Amino acid sequence: MLLRHTPTEITERSALVINPAKTCQPVGAMYAALGIEGCLPHSHGSQGCCSYHRSALTRHYKEPVMAATSSFTEGSSVFGGQANLLQAINNIFTVYNPDVIAVHTTCLSETIGDDVPQIAEKARQEGKVPAGKYVINASTPSYVGSHVTGFSNMCLGMVKGLAVKTGKKNGKVNIIPGFVEPSDMEEIKRLAAEIGVPITLFPDTSGVLNGPLTGKFRMFPKAGTPVEALKGVGEAIGTLAMGEWASADAARYLDSEFKVPCRVLDLPIGLAATDRFIDALRKIAGVAVPEKIEFERGQLVDMISDQHQYFYGKKVALAGDPDQLIALTEFLVSMDMLPIHIVTGTPGKKFEGRIRELTKDMGRPVNVRGPGDMFLLHQWIKNEPVDLLIGNTYMKYIARDEDIPLVRHGFPILDRVGHSYFPTVGYKGGLRLAEKILSALLDRKDRDSPESSFELTL
Amino acid sequence: MRKIAIYGKGGIGKSTTTQNTVAGLAEMGRKVMVVGCDPKADSTRLLLGGLNQRTVLDTLREEGEDVELADVLKAGFKGTVCTESGGPEPGVGCAGRGIITSINLLEQLGAYKEDLGLEYVFYDVLGDVVCGGFAMPMREGKAQEIYIVVSGEMMAMYAANNICKGILKFAEAGGIRLGGLICNSRQVDNEREMIEELAKSLGTQMIHFVPRDNMVQRAEINRKTVIEYDPEHGQAEEYRTLAKKIENNTMFVIPKPLEIEELEKLLIDFGIAN
Repeated sequence: MLLRHTPTEITERSALVINPAKTCQPVGAMYAALGIEGCLPHSHGSQGCCSYHRSALTRHYKEPVMAATSSFTEGSSVFGGQANLLQAINNIFTVYNPDVIAVHTTCLSETIGDDVPQIAEKARQEGKVPAGKYVINASTPSYVGSHVTGFSNMCLGMVKGLAVKTGKKNGKVNIIPGFVEPSDMEEIKRLAAEIGVPITLFPDTSGVLNGPLTGKFRMFPKAGTPVEALKGVGEAIGTLAMGEWASADAARYLDSEFKVPCRVLDLPIGLAATDRFIDALRKIAGVAVPEKIEFERGQLVDMISDQHQYFYGKKVALAGDPDQLIALTEFLVSMDMLPIHIVTGTPGKKFEGRIRELTKDMGRPVNVRGPGDMFLLHQWIKNEPVDLLIGNTYMKYIARDEDIPLVRHGFPILDRVGHSYFPTVGYKGGLRLAEKILSALLDRKDRDSPESSFELTL
Repeated sequence: MRKIAIYGKGGIGKSTTTQNTVAGLAEMGRKVMVVGCDPKADSTRLLLGGLNQRTVLDTLREEGEDVELADVLKAGFKGTVCTESGGPEPGVGCAGRGIITSINLLEQLGAYKEDLGLEYVFYDVLGDVVCGGFAMPMREGKAQEIYIVVSGEMMAMYAANNICKGILKFAEAGGIRLGGLICNSRQVDNEREMIEELAKSLGTQMIHFVPRDNMVQRAEINRKTVIEYDPEHGQAEEYRTLAKKIENNTMFVIPKPLEIEELEKLLIDFGIAN
């Protein structure tokens, strides 16, 4: 009972967060930057920040994560980090030779007010940035937002730092996938290709953070969105932003500054959200939905209807990122499950309203909080127990104490694998997610059924 | 839209000069916004007829992120738009970060959007450029013009020279330029000549010499700019002239800060030591 001190009675807290359902902005910024081909993320701050963010990503993806740091000292905090960053840019291009350095700030460099765009410009003027190479940046103080905000800010940084205004159109569609797994990004590319829509997916971590073991270390894997493709995002005919929190800022910037019309969709998790995504792609391509995708959809519908008796009426508690939770909630409700306790650590005033709207026909009240924490979620569960938990690895403490099955989903997953190889987006992803939920519920049923009703066939 | 930042030594009269000049511009029919970047939040008192108690940071602290633009903007003299960053009480927290947070928030909320029809934004910044936070208004895309309020006193000139060092750093990479020195007279001997010479050495101009007049204090105690309190007074005319000079200014330079010996020599040649 590691969480035995969590009281059932809920008291309002104004200042204290216990067991947060989020992490640092730079974790998201670093993850996004790794989705650019030949890019070295750079953390402008003290070494500890960079180490933590790298290890957070490595523990989740089980892959080495390369990133550089400005290595702030007491002196840099007093005199500003300009000298360190200039030196770093020079060293990185000399020693590691990436195509892009993606600089994100940290709490310290933000607080002392380092102006990274000015420093990057100075590096360029001083000839420290070789021709055809780029330094892009994002402002990512961790005391604002969460890892999702950092991801979004770095996506915006890619557009600001790389997109070129040419006035031409390249006939492609930009897709910003949101803070999802490399496997999800791969699946989005596959679906677009099936429908026949030429896309620029950015960022794209597929092949970067779920690559093969070849026996040879590549500092920059041959994967990720190519710089040339990013330079062309301003020439696209449109942008599909998957998720309001992680992707909309970059898409809206492309809309206002480059006149590339954008549409913000939910993450394509579950039946209805995938339908909307496929429909958007289909309309852009001007084609009917290919038979292959209709087939996959049919399989998902078949499985859900076959197993409906087990999904029906099951209560679920969820913690995670807003874009994921919105799509998951819609999916669960569509299977007649009851997502009744929902928290995200990422702030954003639209979240609670969106969840309430998605659950309004459930016929019962729902606990939702953004930003909230897992302590509150645990208290809600104590007050009204659930049949299933969905969330990241930190949820396993609640799962163990309350003896509730947990389906791992979101970031970070530190104690299981699979998430980086098998998608949860698209119809195939929906099938996998439904299968995982079902397995968790039925494993529990098998464990708890008395001998008289221990069934061979379910 | 012209974005202007006013810097200068603490207590030199930045806020008073800014507000009186803004009143002059407003009288000319210009749409002006004043962003007070001082934790004391007294940069818009004369335009508003009293202290604007709800600062951007107060609002942020009390209401979380659900801040509306209307909560932090107040209409002042002749339609000027006033807002105060605010900040921590003396001795705690980080006032510099407060400026960064507050200016970012105003931008996010769309306070500078074209459709508001603003012609001028004035940033009135506390004292010297003591840290990165107070240089926020100088960053790319923020203020493009800087005016330094100075007097013939040594420490005011010293501070002005220091501020020029800050401008130099940002001007190299961005578009920020020095528009001139505003001399807010302290009735030091040879003041006008000395500041003109300082301006020349820095590569800029003394855009206006504002004479010392007790009318400024009288208007201040009545929570008004001179232009509002006594529009016929000669001092009101001085501020109108300054407003016109800023409106018509075309001299924008990257300053050449002086070495301390040069600055001291200037004082010996022109100043009280002479």
